[in-house]
Amino acid sequence: MKKCRILMPSGGLGGGIDADAFANGMTMNPDVIAIDAGSTDSGPAYLANAMCKTSRNVLKADLEIAVSGSREGNIPIFIGSCGTCGSDNGVNEIAEIVEEILKEHAWSAKIAKVYSEQDREAMKKKFREGKIHALEGAPGISEKTFDECEHIVALMGAEPFIEAYQNGADIVLCGRATDTAIIAALPLMMGCNEAAAWHGAKTVECGSQCCDTEEGMGVFLEVDEEGFYVRPLNPAAHCTPYTISAHLLYENVDPFCLIEPSGRILTKDAVYTQYDDVTTYVTGTKFEHAKQYTHKIEGAGITGYQNISLVGCADADLLADPQEWIDNITAYARKRLTKAQFKSEDYDLNFKAYGYNGVLPGPVPKDFKPREILMLLTVTAKTQLIANQIAKSMQPLLLHFPANWNLQLPSFAFPFSPADCDRGPSYEFKLHHVVDVADPLELIRFEYIDVRQEA
Amino acid sequence: MAKVKDYARYVRSKNAGPFWVTAEIFFADETNYNLVRNAKNINAATIARLYNTKEELVKTYYCDNIHVIKFSWPRPQPSGFKHEHDMHFGQQYVFLAEEEVEV
Repeated sequence: MKKCRILMPSGGLGGGIDADAFANGMTMNPDVIAIDAGSTDSGPAYLANAMCKTSRNVLKADLEIAVSGSREGNIPIFIGSCGTCGSDNGVNEIAEIVEEILKEHAWSAKIAKVYSEQDREAMKKKFREGKIHALEGAPGISEKTFDECEHIVALMGAEPFIEAYQNGADIVLCGRATDTAIIAALPLMMGCNEAAAWHGAKTVECGSQCCDTEEGMGVFLEVDEEGFYVRPLNPAAHCTPYTISAHLLYENVDPFCLIEPSGRILTKDAVYTQYDDVTTYVTGTKFEHAKQYTHKIEGAGITGYQNISLVGCADADLLADPQEWIDNITAYARKRLTKAQFKSEDYDLNFKAYGYNGVLPGPVPKDFKPREILMLLTVTAKTQLIANQIAKSMQPLLLHFPANWNLQLPSFAFPFSPADCDRGPSYEFKLHHVVDVADPLELIRFEYIDVRQEA
Repeated sequence: MAKVKDYARYVRSKNAGPFWVTAEIFFADETNYNLVRNAKNINAATIARLYNTKEELVKTYYCDNIHVIKFSWPRPQPSGFKHEHDMHFGQQYVFLAEEEVEV
């Protein structure tokens, strides 16, 4: 029976790998260490700037444990979506840390750098050829949209991991990839059950979240020719049919149908069995191959420039109806700004009243009265200069704008001087599309580094 | 009248990529699950009203084996747009949890 064992030491690189749990996982004889290093969850800034959201020190601490396991156990590491957004820069940053670790320990390894960042012109050509398709909920796009993206990445499937591994790479560092591809690649290559490889990967992609305790210690996946086993690395945790099937709901639109570049994972008929005290075994998943191989593409760009101000308010007249105050100050400010020669189409003012309805927008429950609130004013403008100038113009109003003109003017509570803060550009995701490719490697680029140490 | 949170074990919400969001109601047992599942108002129309979207865009899933009702819908603006108030959509479950159940 073909079997592939995968050590998934953390839900995300930089989230913290527990050394003891990792060592426990290594005793289970894994064939590969798989780690996801990216996500779009934290918003568009990371992709627009090709910037990693995790600090280098934290990444290095996790990589130190993973690379030591790989070199001492002589097994490969697959990492996907390097540098949060999976840009070329993200792959290079992780590769640099890995090289540093190898040198510090005098370890040898062949590193594969696998890039999936896309050239705007190449994407525009695909668009003209009708090979870019909107996913449900996508914004309308034109050729210009690709020019508006600072960076565009394509989500890789399992094939580039397999390609790099078959070319002798010990440490495969990929740009943007589906979370599942990182984990499913080796069992697919080894000829394990295809549907089980994908469904198993989907189950463990967030690490310990599929266990009954989420204390981040990772999980162990074993795929065979019929199904997959999941067990926790934390000795106090359990994987049960409930926790394993419930995890499919997390962050997925449809828990019964999950889309990958090469096809769809269909989980409706999956059977979940408690195998031993801590392990669940799953069979019955189906994988339906797509007629056309597609990469999902992600792109993000600048939409404006922002300046923020914070001011605290405990004034009873304002607290009686914060929304009315917001409407009044906005209207008053707009008039004054127009008189000061600012064009109304060049900026907007957005207030959020924390402690009132900043988190849950809209009307508050009847009779709800806060003791104090924090007002956040965000100015968004077409240039940073305009945003900053408008923010300055707003300061006297934020300090004194009354709820009632017939009483003495209040002075609200600023925590900072200066009261405003240049926040830089604001960004937006601009693509929710797939691109047709002739071959799973068509849009993917490979580079290899052989790190050899003297014995 | 009792609220969704009174019947549920817990309610949660989260982004599902930058363009979609999802919310789930987990129940401890089949009785509470069926009660809310069969309620007059815990449906796509209510999600549309609570979250400022269109009813026809809301997808509803019933997970009988684990007693979960799940709704997914596209966000009106992608996550992190200039007026974002909840990047991960993680706090928005409160609207659904506080909804009164018409049994």
